[in-house]
Amino acid sequence: MQTLPVTDRVGSFVLACFEWAGALAAFGGRALVEAFRPPYEGSEILRHLYQFGARSAPLILTSGFAIGVVLSLHTRASLERFGAQAMIPAGLAIALIRETGPLTAGLLVSGRVGAGIGAELGAMKVTEQIDALEANAVDAFKFLAVTRILACMIAMPLLVILIDFAGIFGGYVAEAVASGMPWRLYFERSFLLIGYSDFVPATFKTVVFGFLIGCVSCYLGFTTSRGTEGVGDASTRSVVASSILIILADVLLVKLIFFFYPQVSA
Amino acid sequence: MSEPAVRLDRVSKSFAGRKVLDELSFDIPPARAFCLLGRSGTGKSVALRHIIGLVRPDAGKVFVEGREITSLDRRGLADVRKRMGFLFQNAALFDSMTVGDNVAFPMRRHTDWTERDIRERATRKLADVGLERDYDKMPAELSGGMQKRAGLARAMALDPSILLVDEPSAGLDPMTSAEIDQLLVERKKQGTTLVVVTHNIPGARMIGDELAMLNEGRIVARGTADDLDRSDDPLVQAFMRSEGGG
Repeated sequence: MQTLPVTDRVGSFVLACFEWAGALAAFGGRALVEAFRPPYEGSEILRHLYQFGARSAPLILTSGFAIGVVLSLHTRASLERFGAQAMIPAGLAIALIRETGPLTAGLLVSGRVGAGIGAELGAMKVTEQIDALEANAVDAFKFLAVTRILACMIAMPLLVILIDFAGIFGGYVAEAVASGMPWRLYFERSFLLIGYSDFVPATFKTVVFGFLIGCVSCYLGFTTSRGTEGVGDASTRSVVASSILIILADVLLVKLIFFFYPQVSA
Repeated sequence: MSEPAVRLDRVSKSFAGRKVLDELSFDIPPARAFCLLGRSGTGKSVALRHIIGLVRPDAGKVFVEGREITSLDRRGLADVRKRMGFLFQNAALFDSMTVGDNVAFPMRRHTDWTERDIRERATRKLADVGLERDYDKMPAELSGGMQKRAGLARAMALDPSILLVDEPSAGLDPMTSAEIDQLLVERKKQGTTLVVVTHNIPGARMIGDELAMLNEGRIVARGTADDLDRSDDPLVQAFMRSEGGG
């Protein structure tokens, strides 16, 4: 008899999760539909693209460089045992371009941009600015949510390209210090094994990451309640939920990439 | 007889099982000022939000200039909203824009005026409320009273025929409150229909052609300020004798 409340609570939690996922899916679906309907709010999308993309670039470049250095150090330690140091540039580039770069960029952007969107829209909600937009005959969903979601979707692949190159450059610096490898040789070896199927699907899967970051944080911002406490909550939950969804989506996307590009898994 | 500018027809609304509006009905002729009075939580602001379609009724109908807005789609509702202005209780200025851009915002969205025209008109609207020098300031740099005046300038940006005002004196000192009331009186003289939600009795006396007292989602008294002064209802008597709150 005593286990009943526990099962009730678990059941309620599971139902609440489904309800949340359903509402989020409806929100995302509406955003996709609205994206194709005028007005297209081009200047707002560009403004957010600058905020989310250009202003995230220093974080992405720094992180990418550090990851490149660390990956190079680890790879060197492993490959030295087999006398395969020559493979360090290629191995590092493949790891970065296929997985480390896209996933790291996704998680960094979910932290920086997702938290910002959640907090900004949450604050707008509790201070009635979203209602004020509607009262001014502006579709607040389209003006605030759709533009941010699209900007996230456009920014993500561009940031991934940045993190990939910063990582490869970081790897070169580490390798140059350790072995004195010339930069021309390093970059030649880096791209020796990289093909179209390594770069394109891995980079463009982050459009989905951008969609998830934008959707989750806009949804949580739009549904904020409980004043400033709610704003903080929306910000934190935006980061947590979008990070989890990115990791889960990555599993599915990698399987899809393997299906459509079997050579990648080879 | 001309069509009412605003008409609520037996509008009911509940939130979380609590009835906030209970078959509320009233109509407001054009170019008149209608003040909705009542204690906090009696549904005044909810009624105001129904008029601009921010809240949809559970039952009943809302008419704006003869058009039934409860069944309108988003585009139809936007057309109606372009003819209305809304001054929010806390002004609700967009805090990412300057004060001038807040006022220019509806002009940029809904007109094809040149940027120079828009700046001139926005400056003029700000001058109407005494803020022409604050065009390039951010909302956070303004006092509460100044924010409210900027909110009024934004609400008046497109010269709406109907102006909805939620608690114009909330959080303001008596002098600033009287200044806002005076600005509203001037708008009325220029032919704007005013719907003002307030619990500030001196302000309501100054602005309103007609006052209505709301209690538990229903109008319990309606008429001129003199009519309400003579009401036998103890609640209305107590309210009208009070100074109201800022």
